Amino acid sequence: MSSLVKNIIRFAFFLLVQVFVLDTIHLHQMVTPYIYFLFILWLPFRMGRTWLMVVAFLLGFAMDSFRHHPGFHTAACVLIAYLRPFLINLLIPQEGADNNYEEPSIKSMGGMLPYLVFTGVLTFIHHGWLFLLEAWQFGNIWYFLIKTLLSTAVSLVLIVITELLFVRKQKFRTNTI
Amino acid sequence: MRNIFLFIRRYFNFLFFLLLQGFSIYLILHYSLYHKAVFTNTANQLTGKINEQYNKVEYYFQLKKTNDSLVKANEKLYNKLKSDFELPDTTSKMVIDSIRIDSMERFRRYLYLNAKVVANSVVAQNNFIVLGRGEAQQLKEGMGVVDPNSGVVGIITELSKDYAVVMSLLHKDSHISGKLMHGGETGTLNWDGKIPNIITLTGIPKSAKVARGDTIITSGFSTSFPKGMLIGYIEEIIADKSTNNYLIKLRSAANFYNLEFVYAIDNRQTEDIKTILDKAKKQTQ
Repeated sequence: MSSLVKNIIRFAFFLLVQVFVLDTIHLHQMVTPYIYFLFILWLPFRMGRTWLMVVAFLLGFAMDSFRHHPGFHTAACVLIAYLRPFLINLLIPQEGADNNYEEPSIKSMGGMLPYLVFTGVLTFIHHGWLFLLEAWQFGNIWYFLIKTLLSTAVSLVLIVITELLFVRKQKFRTNTI
Repeated sequence: MRNIFLFIRRYFNFLFFLLLQGFSIYLILHYSLYHKAVFTNTANQLTGKINEQYNKVEYYFQLKKTNDSLVKANEKLYNKLKSDFELPDTTSKMVIDSIRIDSMERFRRYLYLNAKVVANSVVAQNNFIVLGRGEAQQLKEGMGVVDPNSGVVGIITELSKDYAVVMSLLHKDSHISGKLMHGGETGTLNWDGKIPNIITLTGIPKSAKVARGDTIITSGFSTSFPKGMLIGYIEEIIADKSTNNYLIKLRSAANFYNLEFVYAIDNRQTEDIKTILDKAKKQTQ
């Protein structure tokens, strides 16, 4: 399956899971888990930053269409798409690992810890920015902070479970023929 | 000039990022401007379709609860039947009206239109409900929406051909006026964005007699709801120290977690009231 087809299927899949499964679960008022942005984290390494942001924009906008108040998810998704390459550059184990593997995963990031840092930081930023934009009109800083931290924790658990359930085969590619 | 191009090329990604962020924040702030655009119509139609397909499956799991609430609503209607009451004297005997014009029709004020909920949310800070009935099926903007047991749900804010979006009570911009059933004092309903099913009522003066468990109903001042629709029951009364008002926490009459069927209320006099108000406003100018 080509990378494009795979990512289109993922796009639809993550969106539907988010809207119809996670959004219907009411754990607690403080905890609203999100997982659809994992799509952005899973995009290929070789994708340019501009395209990353365009795709993130589309994903956020599609998510917002279901919420009937556009802008919130769009802003959060574009932000993590912009920050993603910085983090990958910081965390990637050795020179050229982003050429050897197709997309970020536990294996290509060189272990569970770098991958957790990668997803954890981006999840926190996504949730933080999203709740900040939402809470702007409510203006309660403690409520916002606790909600962000708790939701990030629950989302991270979901991401780890997803990683364990859906093993992505990562082929080792070399550019030396 | 060349330097400007170099600058743009060098920081293209950052500028592009700022542009997209700015656009999203613009969308958040200028929501009302945006929602008038043609685009929402198609977006609503599309997301509505997907929601409807999903709801077809999910509906079966809710059948029991839906049935219970419909039975309850039926019971209430049965109890209102004329045949349940004995007529006290002969002067109120039913007489067949021989005038051929249907005199009742002219005075119909409210028409109830049933609609199926195809999507619902309670977890967001701004919650919306999508109905599987739209402009082509007589729904209009500004209509009130109630659940089968006449508990207030929200007001229709957006319409596409086959779908309608309801701004639920659990939305920060929703300000419906509520009234104490016993005293008659009116106040405004707000939602603080925290716990679903708990709404705040402000603007009730401290002179009013309130007690836990009292019923709050719609005032009937707006054209959206008839008087006496249930809003909720008082859960907690807080005396606001800075003003002379109470801050009242309500438990909403409608359960927002499991809405399946709702009724949109068409006020047939909306147009009349609007023209008369416009006239009055013009005169004062």
